[in-house]
Amino acid sequence: MDFTFTEDQLALRDSVREFLQHEVTPTSIRQRWETQSDDGELWQKMVELGLPAMLVPEDFGGLGLSEVDFVLLAEECGKVALPGPLVVSALVATPMLAALAPNSQRCADVLGALATGEARVAVQHWINPYVNNADTADWLILPNGDEVHLVPKAQVKLTQHKSVDPSRRLFRVEWTPSRETVVCNGTEGADLWHASLNRGALGAAAQLLGLSQQMVAMAVKYSTDRQQFGKPIGSFQAVKHLLANCAVKYEFARAPVYRAAYTTTVNPTRGDFAVSCAKVAAGEAALLSAKNSIQVHGAMGYTWECDLHIWMKRAWTLDKTWGDPGFHKNRVHEWLLNERALIGAENTFGRLSSFPSEESQKSGTGVV
Amino acid sequence: MELKFTEQQQAFRLEVRAWLEQHVPAKPLQSFDTQEGFEQHREWEKTLASGNWGMVTWPKEYGGRGCNLIEWLIFEEEYYRARAPLRVNQNGIFLLGPTIMEYGTPEQKARYLTQMASGEEMWAQGWSEPGAGSDMAAIRSKAVRDGDEYVISGQKIWSTRAVFADWVFCIFRTDPESTRHHGLSFIFVPLDTPGVTVRPIPQLDGLPGFAEIFFDEARVPVSNRMGEEGQGWHIAMSTAGFERGLMLRSPARFQETAKRLVELYRSRANDILDLSIEDAVVRCYMDAESYALSTYQTASRLIKGGKIGAEASLNKIFWSELDLRMHETAMSLLGSRAELLPESEENAEDLGQWLDGFLFAQSGPIYAGTNEIQRNIIAERLLGMPR
Repeated sequence: MDFTFTEDQLALRDSVREFLQHEVTPTSIRQRWETQSDDGELWQKMVELGLPAMLVPEDFGGLGLSEVDFVLLAEECGKVALPGPLVVSALVATPMLAALAPNSQRCADVLGALATGEARVAVQHWINPYVNNADTADWLILPNGDEVHLVPKAQVKLTQHKSVDPSRRLFRVEWTPSRETVVCNGTEGADLWHASLNRGALGAAAQLLGLSQQMVAMAVKYSTDRQQFGKPIGSFQAVKHLLANCAVKYEFARAPVYRAAYTTTVNPTRGDFAVSCAKVAAGEAALLSAKNSIQVHGAMGYTWECDLHIWMKRAWTLDKTWGDPGFHKNRVHEWLLNERALIGAENTFGRLSSFPSEESQKSGTGVV
Repeated sequence: MELKFTEQQQAFRLEVRAWLEQHVPAKPLQSFDTQEGFEQHREWEKTLASGNWGMVTWPKEYGGRGCNLIEWLIFEEEYYRARAPLRVNQNGIFLLGPTIMEYGTPEQKARYLTQMASGEEMWAQGWSEPGAGSDMAAIRSKAVRDGDEYVISGQKIWSTRAVFADWVFCIFRTDPESTRHHGLSFIFVPLDTPGVTVRPIPQLDGLPGFAEIFFDEARVPVSNRMGEEGQGWHIAMSTAGFERGLMLRSPARFQETAKRLVELYRSRANDILDLSIEDAVVRCYMDAESYALSTYQTASRLIKGGKIGAEASLNKIFWSELDLRMHETAMSLLGSRAELLPESEENAEDLGQWLDGFLFAQSGPIYAGTNEIQRNIIAERLLGMPR
């Protein structure tokens, strides 16, 4: 039992944090809103750091790292409110292609191109009605029932739908499934979509965790600078308690998010409970942080000029993607109602193989 | 990151489970806030000690097993799973014990820890005073040095378990010229010392769980002081860290309650009219799980040499609010029968426990430093907001 990250994982997080804080600023995000840039330059830099291909197996030119390695980076992406497809690409598209590559040359080729930065891949999951960043993708992974299709962008029709978060570029995708585009079906396809939902929700949860921390940090700074009644407003208990409540929320979302990364690494299709706990906790933390941070900023927080809304709008939107809180609470609810669910403190980390006398009643449970 | 137990840890779990199955009393003990119940619980502490389970994390020389924090969490999980009696000496073993480990002299460790782990001596805490609650630095009770003794005068209040306990650990003003958190010292007082009067205060359930303690020139040896003169505040903050943080409320306690809540919910799923209950049950279960995961994370960090500081305040808010929410939800599930006392014949099995737990949960956001004080600590020390 060891619930810590390695020195290497923390060092990687630190270097990515430094990179992101240098490259992604409120100014650069606002520029992107105006120019609708394809993020080409930033993407190339991230490719050079190996970020989109972190989970690509070494055999296909990637770093062969895991969800546990990536979760801290996704949290950093949230802290800077990184726009663009990095998290979904690394955490969802890459593992899907990697799973298919041994049996599909087309997937292997696209995976290779993704690792070198020659191609970008977007994913439409049935849980999400729109595809974020579909316009800058070269390939789209699309569902047709349980089937997985890999489709070049030229073969789909995209219709943009604007989001309250100008950093999100949402598209409705129209396309026709064909024998040429299908790369997987049946149980294997269903499992891939299942695993992808968990990976996508994990990525959203990790970003929500980062978003919360940054919003509270901004509110703390504002409350220290802003003076009323002759002193900083942050010295008033009513203001302090608003932000302390956020800290309690996000600090207790942290371990569930990291545990979900571990579970997803071990077995993504058996991580429903862990992922749903993480997504709900991180979503609640981010929504409360948004609400209390705008309150601390006062009228200033309600303006377009104040940067807070860059984070706040991301929090509102990510909370509803990759399964909204209702979806995830229902998954937990369904599990809790199952008489065979392993509930209770001794089962926090799943079934214990060395309990032979109880082995019979512990088989077939849904938590790892 | 490796979120599974080693073979050795699993073997330890089995050992704890087997011992508890053999020894946990079949019939629940009476409340430890009655004379009879207190003595039953004292006996249980001695039974635990006979198996060397009194305080597993302590060094062997003081009656412990030298276990690390992960093993302690496993022990606690099994302890609550077995529904073993509450620890009547929690002030001693969970709060004072770790503090003595850090600040006590070798003689004090040998003297007090051993007696605690063996279940011989029960402790109460004597910090609050009528004029010093949340503002603990306003303490006025004084200990005046007279040769090898301190002469103690003043009054403590809200002293949990003091009615039947043997000892109380207090903070007194040893420097009469001092103010606020300066000039305080951490001193142990036997409750049968001449000049000490204990007056019971009935709690919400009508039982004398609290006491007021009056000191009228009570004399204790100087060797009953822990740490230096004037170091009392500093040591007390360390004790408070154990109280709010890791030790006092292990996650298994809340996970066990969450499990019982889910079982209660399952048994009534068809009769629920209040639409908010389903959501509350799900969130309670998830939050109990979050608290456990966070504790494992903290324990892993501490084993590798990390420290816990003001984060303890995050824990205290989280577990106290969770406990209250779980019991409120259970009350909603029980509906119009929620008010029945545990002894009522209409109460099937352990349903009455929910009312006891509900009453006790009211105190969670108050004791160990009110949650409002914890929020100030979080804002100022963790978030860096201005004082």
